[in-house]
Amino acid sequence: MTIVGMTGDEAVAYAAKQSKVDIVAAYPITPQTIMVERFSKYVADGEVQTEYVCVESEHSAMSACVGASLTGARVFTATSSQGLALMHEMLYIASGLRCPIVMGVANRALSAPLNIHGDHSDMMGSRDSGWVQIYVENAQEAYDWIIMAFKIAEDMNVQLPVSVNLDGFIISHCVEGVDTLEDAVVNQFLQTRKPLFILDPEKPITFGAMCFTDYYFEFKRQQVEAMLNVSGVLDKVCKEYKGITGRNYSVLETFGMEDAEAAIICLGSTAGTAREVARKLRAQGKKVGVVKLWLYRPFQTEEISGVLRHVKALAVFDRAISFGAPYGALCSDVVSALHTFEKSPKIFNVIYGLGGRDIEPSEIEFVFNEALKTARTGVVKESTMFLGVRE
Amino acid sequence: MTSEEKKPGWKSLPMGAAVLEPGSSLKYKTGDWRAFKPVVDKEKCINCFFCWIYCPDAAIVRKEDGIEINYEYCKGCGICAKECPKEAIKMVEEQK
Repeated sequence: MTIVGMTGDEAVAYAAKQSKVDIVAAYPITPQTIMVERFSKYVADGEVQTEYVCVESEHSAMSACVGASLTGARVFTATSSQGLALMHEMLYIASGLRCPIVMGVANRALSAPLNIHGDHSDMMGSRDSGWVQIYVENAQEAYDWIIMAFKIAEDMNVQLPVSVNLDGFIISHCVEGVDTLEDAVVNQFLQTRKPLFILDPEKPITFGAMCFTDYYFEFKRQQVEAMLNVSGVLDKVCKEYKGITGRNYSVLETFGMEDAEAAIICLGSTAGTAREVARKLRAQGKKVGVVKLWLYRPFQTEEISGVLRHVKALAVFDRAISFGAPYGALCSDVVSALHTFEKSPKIFNVIYGLGGRDIEPSEIEFVFNEALKTARTGVVKESTMFLGVRE
Repeated sequence: MTSEEKKPGWKSLPMGAAVLEPGSSLKYKTGDWRAFKPVVDKEKCINCFFCWIYCPDAAIVRKEDGIEINYEYCKGCGICAKECPKEAIKMVEEQK
């Protein structure tokens, strides 16, 4: 294993290269651009046997990826924000046609106003599209999860597209030392894709046929089943990956949750900052904890509620706004997961970091202290806190 | 397509609505979509094959001695009647 200095985008490109993808069809957009730009350099330098298809938009990119995937190819693409929004209808087609495409998403705010910086609004807007969603904390996790994503996506019991999400600029553009595997090790781990049905002129079949009122529901139910199978497959893949790397991945990661009275749950790089703040507060004797979700879709209700329900107060961090909704996306899911329990934490939503607004350790400390107050008094002062906005 | 047959459930259907049998659209008889049916007056027909060219569904076939309409698939769009230079085709309402 070699440690290489790379940004999150570069780590994704390198992992895709080692995963021996057959086709990449992509369109550039900040802050994802380097994922496909770096990959195109591998193609130009003859370092990969990948067909790189330059398309005129993200909608075309995903369309090309779907077609390619149906021939049995291993397919990779990348996008962010407006690009993801532009390919929105194709996301549902990718999942409906059960294409195990892996997509790197450098999460970026949705316009308007135009903002190129990191928040989760892009992928949150697509959370119903039937894609598996993984959120990473840093470049190392981005590298590891891209490789694992192919194995999860292509599993016979899953056959769903997977997005690996990195905070735009914060992870995508910051250099870290990434512990990389040898090519041969990745090859052995992934092997060639073994598709179920493929487009083959020798054995013609039809994909994407019209489906009337009497069949559509059944195919959606199949997708539900596939989503239900993801966590079992993910556990298996993570266990195997641990065997070759020593790194431990699963649905979520916790810090200090064994005895926490107040906790924060969040996605992405903020978990790292929260963990450092929690470490400092715990040294002062405060019982705080942090839960970081890797797997956001499917939402593992049982496991997540199991980890959360014993705290007295919970702050759910959402790096996206769900306008008009009672809570942000993650908070809504957490509240739903916990609603069947008689005893569950007092919850409040923290909307933060929109448009790449920086989140300071002092701000996270403030939230922990508010949560500890709520844990003591049982009172939630503000059900939704907008952290860091100027009034 | 009969609605009387018990239709398969999600567990047995092919993944992702893939249709595994090639040429299966032949099994879907769209003839019952018709409200009007084209009827050819062979006395007027000059075998120009315009109707065969224009039929969007390939429901008019060329035979040695002229055209034949395949009523199993003809949807009754009326393009053949419209294009016939000899007005040899009339659209007749289907009887219930």
